[in-house]
Amino acid sequence: MTELAGTLTLARFIARRDRVRIVVWIASIVALLLVTALSVKGLYPTQASLDEAVTAFGNNAAAIAFNGPAQGLDTLGGEVAFQVGATGLVVVALMSLLMTGRLTRFEEEAGRLELVRSMAVGRHAPAAAALIVVSAMNVLLAALVTAGLAGLGLPLTGSLVLGASYGVLGLLFAAAAMVAAQITENTRVVYGSCGAVLGAAFALRAAGDVGDGTLSWLSPIGWAQKARPFAGEKWWPLLIAIAVTGGLIVLATVLADRRDLGAGLVASRGGPAVAPRSLNGPLGLAVRLQRGTVIGWSAGLFATGIAYGWVADDIQDLVGDNKAMQDMIARAGGVSLTNSYLSTSLLMLALVGAGFAIASALRLRSEETALRAEPILATSVSRRRWVASHLAVALGGSVIVLAAGGLGTGLAYGIVSGDPPQVPRLLGAALVQLPAVWLLVGLATALFGLLPRGVAVAWAALAVCLVVGVFGELLDLPGWLSRVSPFEHIPQPPAAAVSVVSLVVITAAAAGLVSAGLGAFRRRDVG
Amino acid sequence: MIGTPAIQVAGLVKTFGQTRALDGLDLTVGTGEVHGFLGPNGSGKTTTIRILLGLLRADSGQATLLGGDPWCQAVELHRRLAYVPGDVSLWPKLTGGEIIDLFARLRGDVDRRRREELLARFELDPTKKARSYSKGNRQKVGLVAALASSAELLVLDEPTSGLDPLMEAVFQDCIREVKAEGRTVLLSSHILGEVEALCDRLSIIRNGRTVQTGTLQQLRHLTRTSIDVRTIRPVTGLAEVPGVHDVSVEGDRARFDADTDRLDAVMRHVMTFGLRSLTSQPPTLEELFLRQYGDVLAEERAVAARNGHAVPSSPARTGGGT
Repeated sequence: MTELAGTLTLARFIARRDRVRIVVWIASIVALLLVTALSVKGLYPTQASLDEAVTAFGNNAAAIAFNGPAQGLDTLGGEVAFQVGATGLVVVALMSLLMTGRLTRFEEEAGRLELVRSMAVGRHAPAAAALIVVSAMNVLLAALVTAGLAGLGLPLTGSLVLGASYGVLGLLFAAAAMVAAQITENTRVVYGSCGAVLGAAFALRAAGDVGDGTLSWLSPIGWAQKARPFAGEKWWPLLIAIAVTGGLIVLATVLADRRDLGAGLVASRGGPAVAPRSLNGPLGLAVRLQRGTVIGWSAGLFATGIAYGWVADDIQDLVGDNKAMQDMIARAGGVSLTNSYLSTSLLMLALVGAGFAIASALRLRSEETALRAEPILATSVSRRRWVASHLAVALGGSVIVLAAGGLGTGLAYGIVSGDPPQVPRLLGAALVQLPAVWLLVGLATALFGLLPRGVAVAWAALAVCLVVGVFGELLDLPGWLSRVSPFEHIPQPPAAAVSVVSLVVITAAAAGLVSAGLGAFRRRDVG
Repeated sequence: MIGTPAIQVAGLVKTFGQTRALDGLDLTVGTGEVHGFLGPNGSGKTTTIRILLGLLRADSGQATLLGGDPWCQAVELHRRLAYVPGDVSLWPKLTGGEIIDLFARLRGDVDRRRREELLARFELDPTKKARSYSKGNRQKVGLVAALASSAELLVLDEPTSGLDPLMEAVFQDCIREVKAEGRTVLLSSHILGEVEALCDRLSIIRNGRTVQTGTLQQLRHLTRTSIDVRTIRPVTGLAEVPGVHDVSVEGDRARFDADTDRLDAVMRHVMTFGLRSLTSQPPTLEELFLRQYGDVLAEERAVAARNGHAVPSSPARTGGGT
């Protein structure tokens, strides 16, 4: 067992080093689930309303494709499992694969693993320690989900199966990331390839669930849902996932024995010896660095937009006579339920797009702390120009990302409703949210200039906007809190008419924050 | 000093919270000279360079770079200089060649022939992604980018950390060429052999202050020369002569260190015993350097001795002549 010497010490070290990250992951997933469960309880107060949901969702291909098989919808538990659906499982898988990639290949790529391995630590100990920590996270998550759902009064067996299905799926993707970390030298490739597997798993079960269910048996997410929480629980599909996980761990171990430290089984490719013409200044560099991110977020929002647009035409049927749900969707204040739904969908897309915008603007700070700003600023590039280059990508990129979301929604809704003019209408409606997104970019820039160590506050601001936007009505938040979010000050088309004044005011505020941040950055020390 | 100074710093002070990183630092670098900037880790070398690059703002004191204010005129001044940080941090997705080209374009002078020549001399593969470069190779990317420019001032902050001795030799050749072209170099370094081989003048700093500055010759004059003599009659009374240290006399052989500025009087005393043979060794830069930090070393040795560790009593002599 010398190959595992030091495993427990390393595991304790990881748990301590990443304690905040671990807690945030677990707490946010549990919170997501419990808030959904709470809102489902609020939306379906009576058995009659639940029975209505069966008729609404039971044969709705779009809802099934995004949530999962329609099973046990006439019970509160089944409804919760359906509403959290495949999305919840995807988030758990993401947590596991991101944590595993970070603890294995990322450490190796950064050169820290070399130092660790030079000590009295077994060959497989760092990987085993990573696996122990990620497993513990999944076990804890499963326990908290079970306890939380049971605490809300749902049946214990169903809660247990739902919790277990989360943990089991998480473990499977941890093992998959472990295998990918042996094959490639690059952490991003680990994330990308496992993300692709996750996407394929989602698509397979979507196709399977909409059809006769056969294809779902090829998907790990399918196995988790075939355990049928709250709908006649079956444990054995989870055993398939556990068996596959075991196989993947064995595979990762075998592969690890066949490679050198720092290397992958596949050697990395080279690149051009000469820079392309586009890489000719700070803007060219900022575009090059963030190109992939803009494309990725745009693709994601486009796909989500398609999902939203696809169900828009059925929204009247889905909601039926459910008063609570009508209220939630009608928060945008529109007359037509469909328009209200579309407004809410576009708001969601804009909130997600704001995530891109903040991350992109905060690239300024990460470039600075990684000491990559210094050599650029030591050339004839002024601080103003360097900041402007990254902000151009953040501001311009958010136009592209939001447009992709609006386009996806418009295309899907245009096709299902047979009404092509929906495309420009919803595209425009998505772009109306831009000033609010830019305001968050302005906030991030102001923080970067004035309070560089506190740039994370920009994320907290987005979190507030999300809570206000998503749960504002449900949680009955006070009005002043809702008014903090710039998104609440933008009348949301298509449900409401556009007010040019508010757009101009918010854009001006964003510009003011940007110039405050830039002014402060030009006066402060770099680094 | 040759011509008007390229860099002139006087009484520079910079504090970070409670830490006083620079405490009245002075530095003068003449145009066309290669100036060595020596000091241990944390002595303020990088802080000084960052102020000269306009990345940090000094609390007080004066700094002039190429005749301008490094903070207010940063952009204009940066057109005329090239900088290599001590730890070159690169964008992992870009190749070395792309990064070198980017910097060339940011500086606005692209000399393709020189770029290719430097890539060959430093044996750097420009098609590799920066994420796969070792520390030494990252450093080479920074060096090729800076040396390929025709900037009149090179600011190099420990540029050769991580380079192997072969590449160190290539680097020294390149700096000699830069010097021959009349360009100025500020070379912060830990590698004393490199400074000794390249620099016209040097400044030794400690705790944010300049403690010594001058040519290597001048600095040597401020310290001790090792002397080994054989005399006709045994030397006596040597220890009482001012400026003589660490005397050991065995019969007709005497070995001691003498303060270089007292050498004349010391040698007159020795001559009275009849000189048979004489070997003298000027101090190496390492000894010069260690002398500036003698008290730090002595303290560390005392601590080590208390803890029961053996420590070699004096640094090994390297190089030097007679």
